Amino acid sequence: MALEITPRTPIKPSTADTKVRAGKLELQNPVLVASGTFGSGREGSAFLDISTLGGIIVKSMTLSPWKGKPTPRMCETPSGMLNAIGIQNKGVDHFIQEDLPWLLKKNATVIASIAGNTVDEFVRVADKIRTGGRGVAAVEINISCPNLEDRNNMFAHSPKATAEVVGNVKEALKRTMVFPKLSPNVTSLSEIAEAALNAGADGLSLINTVFGMQIDTETRLPKLAGTYGGLSGPAVHPIAVRAVHEVHRAFPDVPLIGQGGVTTAEDALQLILAGATAVAVGTANFVDPLTPMKVKEGIALYMDRHGVTDLADLIGAVKVDE
Amino acid sequence: MLVSSGEVLSHKKYGEHYHSLTIVAPEIGETVKPGQFVNIRCGTNGSNILRRPFSVYRVHKRGGWASTIEVVFDIRGPGTAFLSTLRGHSNVDLIGPLGRGFALPRRRAHCLLIGGGIGATPLFFLADELRNEGHRVDTILGARTSGLLLNAIEARRLASVAVTTTEDGSMGERGRVTDVLEDMVERCATEVIYACGPHPMLAALSRFCIERRIPIQVAVEELMACGYGVCMTCVMPLRRKPKKDEPVEDSVVYARSCTEGPVFNGALVVWNGEADVVAHDQAELSPAGVPTRMHGMPESDDEFPPPGN
Repeated sequence: MALEITPRTPIKPSTADTKVRAGKLELQNPVLVASGTFGSGREGSAFLDISTLGGIIVKSMTLSPWKGKPTPRMCETPSGMLNAIGIQNKGVDHFIQEDLPWLLKKNATVIASIAGNTVDEFVRVADKIRTGGRGVAAVEINISCPNLEDRNNMFAHSPKATAEVVGNVKEALKRTMVFPKLSPNVTSLSEIAEAALNAGADGLSLINTVFGMQIDTETRLPKLAGTYGGLSGPAVHPIAVRAVHEVHRAFPDVPLIGQGGVTTAEDALQLILAGATAVAVGTANFVDPLTPMKVKEGIALYMDRHGVTDLADLIGAVKVDE
Repeated sequence: MLVSSGEVLSHKKYGEHYHSLTIVAPEIGETVKPGQFVNIRCGTNGSNILRRPFSVYRVHKRGGWASTIEVVFDIRGPGTAFLSTLRGHSNVDLIGPLGRGFALPRRRAHCLLIGGGIGATPLFFLADELRNEGHRVDTILGARTSGLLLNAIEARRLASVAVTTTEDGSMGERGRVTDVLEDMVERCATEVIYACGPHPMLAALSRFCIERRIPIQVAVEELMACGYGVCMTCVMPLRRKPKKDEPVEDSVVYARSCTEGPVFNGALVVWNGEADVVAHDQAELSPAGVPTRMHGMPESDDEFPPPGN
């Protein structure tokens, strides 16, 4: 029998348009990397071309360098991990002088994440971004930080504290899109979302990690030196989808960055269908730094398969009987 | 450093405790340095999502195969249990080489390599490289009992002087590596020390080396989530020179074991304290080859007393 060689069907490049627009922020594709899971971009660039990402939400930066918490800072949990890092970072000045120029040279879309322990700290970081952060595409406000002026309660857990931070940061960054990153550990997410939007937020980022704790039964010590930590990974994906859907239903015109447990294109599409304009890959970057690329390609293939030419048609397109 | 797919060439065991996988991974085998590690995915179906880090035990660049790397581990949890079931032709998803390895002496030197338990893992690869460059290699391998010594016969072949210690006296000298340290340093005219093992052992060795002004490089274990520098979980407290008017405690910085380490200058590490309390079920998230103390567990590696406090 003659050996027959079947020519392989050439892979047709997808024609799907994955460009998305969140207010005045235009992204070449909806796949971002979540804050704290991609460092400053340098580490990840060893694996992939960072200019092909929808955007990089850099590690949260604070006014002065933060040393972070003692170890152990992490433990693995079923389908996820718990961490308490304590926002170890080199400070906003380091970002402006070292990281930002490098990221811009690499043609990355940069979303700066800012954090602080007082409203004043947030504002002073925002001021520095305004004056020295030329090229920053948007700012994410990490309000899941202990508020030193309110018995260390997280800003994100109080509508009042959320509004105060967002309002003052927006005042400092009038011309930049700001996305407060909300915590799912609240009774009413819509209430916090409303407070943030009334204070001037241009969009919202959903969700930060879920508060948790693990105990080593052998020693009866918490598994994390910080006692409590944030749960991330596939375990929290359903919470993220629900949070995005809930907020999108309440505020359909507000651009949302959906994040929480995104590992595959399907995970990302669920968030988009729930109402997210863009999605961020987080914990999955630790396991496979190529995840954002795979998610991006998977979304384009899905669009081809479903005859969708504009990603905007998928945003909030879940069929839910009201 | 890249994400690659390797193929298992063989699985074998060293003694009753340690499993070894030889993996065909040409890109990694050609470039890896002693002390560096690889991060291996342990199945994709379970609920354990993170990779497990393993320091490289041996590299074979010229064989009938493309370059292979060998990793050695004991079963500490679901990830390593999964890996122990792999046999020839299984595929493994690995990232490497990762981290900063051991620095070799610039001129000919007498090197003493000290390993505690499975902490001896990276020292075999190091011994190969040191010998290739004409350095003298001596070894001390210590463990609680003879079954936990890693390949002491091979150490004897590689070293000019090879000493083993066991806590129960079942092999070699009865005692700990620190009990024979002084004698070995005198006898071998040691100029450099390389060590890998539990923190208290590394702490004791570092203190000895500071007193005797001997350079020491240690490979440490810390829990890791990513292994390539982004997650900030595997940090070690390091001392740096305090800036002017700075309180001494502010001059301690957290350095990432995965990128700035896992090999550090032992004299700069702040040993006493926090790094010791790793939960008993999390041990396999640190580079195997470096035993994590599992507090309260029978197999606890706490035979090394904390340094002078």
